[in-house]
Amino acid sequence: MPGITRNGVRIDDSFAEAFPMRGTAILITGPNRKWARQAAVTLTGFATSVIGCGVEAGIDGEIDPRDTPDGRPGVRVLIFAMSSTELQNQLTNRVGQCVLTSPGSACFGDLVAPDQLKVGELLRYFGDGWQISKKFGGRHFWRIPVMDGEFLVEATTGMTKAAVGGGNLLICGADYESTLRAAEAAVEAMNKVKGAILPFPGGIVRSGSKVGSRYKVLHASTNDAFCPTLRGQVATALDDDLGCVLEIVIDGLTEAAVADSMRAGLAAIVKLGPKRGARRVSAGNYGGKLGPFHFHLKELAP
Amino acid sequence: MTLVLTLKAQPPQRLDLSPLVPHLLEGKSAKEIAAIDLATTREPAKAGDIFRIRSGSVDEIRFEGGSERFDNLGHGATSGRIVLDGDAGSNVGRKLAGGEVIVTGHVGPYAGSSLASGRLEIKGDAGDFLAAPREGELHGMSGGLLVVRGTVGERAGDRLRRGTIIVEGDAGDWLASRFIAGTLIVLGAVGRNPGYLMKRGTLALANPPDLPPNFVDDGGYFAPFSAVLGRALQAESAGVAKFLRGPLHRFAGDVSVLGKGEIFIPG
Repeated sequence: MPGITRNGVRIDDSFAEAFPMRGTAILITGPNRKWARQAAVTLTGFATSVIGCGVEAGIDGEIDPRDTPDGRPGVRVLIFAMSSTELQNQLTNRVGQCVLTSPGSACFGDLVAPDQLKVGELLRYFGDGWQISKKFGGRHFWRIPVMDGEFLVEATTGMTKAAVGGGNLLICGADYESTLRAAEAAVEAMNKVKGAILPFPGGIVRSGSKVGSRYKVLHASTNDAFCPTLRGQVATALDDDLGCVLEIVIDGLTEAAVADSMRAGLAAIVKLGPKRGARRVSAGNYGGKLGPFHFHLKELAP
Repeated sequence: MTLVLTLKAQPPQRLDLSPLVPHLLEGKSAKEIAAIDLATTREPAKAGDIFRIRSGSVDEIRFEGGSERFDNLGHGATSGRIVLDGDAGSNVGRKLAGGEVIVTGHVGPYAGSSLASGRLEIKGDAGDFLAAPREGELHGMSGGLLVVRGTVGERAGDRLRRGTIIVEGDAGDWLASRFIAGTLIVLGAVGRNPGYLMKRGTLALANPPDLPPNFVDDGGYFAPFSAVLGRALQAESAGVAKFLRGPLHRFAGDVSVLGKGEIFIPG
């Protein structure tokens, strides 16, 4: 596939194909940074792909105590799903099981949007009649008595229908070590982009998939064209000098956030160069049949 | 430009200022405004007799000069801004449904009575029954924000249902009587029997009196709600923000009724 070369890294003339999602954001605070983060990590656990988890979720960033509603350390979390109903169900379950339970936590809506999802509005019933409603400053909160004091949770949070899921980069290197190094450098740069998350473990997915499978029960199966071990047996997309591929998947609250994230990732990979990092970068698409958002690597390359 | 109503002389009778709100004055000329009757006796008192009127946008109505005979200032206003430079009588901002009313002087009883939405600020003192319902009404203030920089009389916040009240000065007896819900914060001294028959709601007293026996001690309060409330009110009152940032102690009551209310005092 003809492409361009930047700092010795080959960038395919290809595009990441992404699709519309429902997205929301919440802000979790805790008595300290460790516990704010713990609640967020627990909430976003097992939320890598809508294929098997219902939602895709991740940490958007840590928020300085000066910028949180209660003056305590905060973590912003983004959650994405294919439908409003699924997003609502997962939000309720995850905040209820992972944030309500976490010591000293509080949970605030963190997305301004015309559509609303219920958070405290449903969780309040845990208070068994002792929950307290509070409205001030144009916001509605619920105070739920719990054993370490009180769980403060905002009644609702915004939901956007303009969210984009499935932005991706396929990072191809000579061997495992260099490919992982390039992927990690990309993740570090991409995590700094606000409004976008990388839902897979540590931001990286090693089992990129194609649509469909030879088995009826599966919707997705291994991306054989990018599997080095299948070279020679299937129509491979890999050159002879490539021995390992890792993928980074991006979900964003806006199309621009996904593009910014991919741009930051590409820049980090290119900066690292082909000797220590990736030799080639590609992107996953299904010929444009999956979704309306196309992120062309050539346009995002540094 | 602002619509300005300048007081000519102290009015000869109590006046009903309720017609002088933005949504009722919309589209009216200075001449039409001058013809509005504000009388509460058989003697007529047209707006033009009482005020010198300089026409302008009704989004802001400014009264230059006040009187304790000015009743119903900002009654039921739904939008815009009303500023009164001076004192006012009873029922200031009663049933306010939006926008803002500011009085720089002192006001009489029933200020903010049954206020529903918007913001009312009184820079001086307020009389009895702040935010309270009038006769036959089931609840008082039901939303919005009410700030009194001075002191307030008895029964402030009576039957409060929702909304936030800040009193930076002192409060009289029976503060927050028959509270249904909502929030009332007093920075100054408070008279006898605060929270009498309160069912729900939050009372925060920076200088509390001895609390009545029908409030039970809940212990120290370490949850983030007070910090969130304090931060939200920082721009309205630095004193309130500072008080709510500090350690608090919580009492629950009035247990002679529903008992789901609370009184926060410094911890």
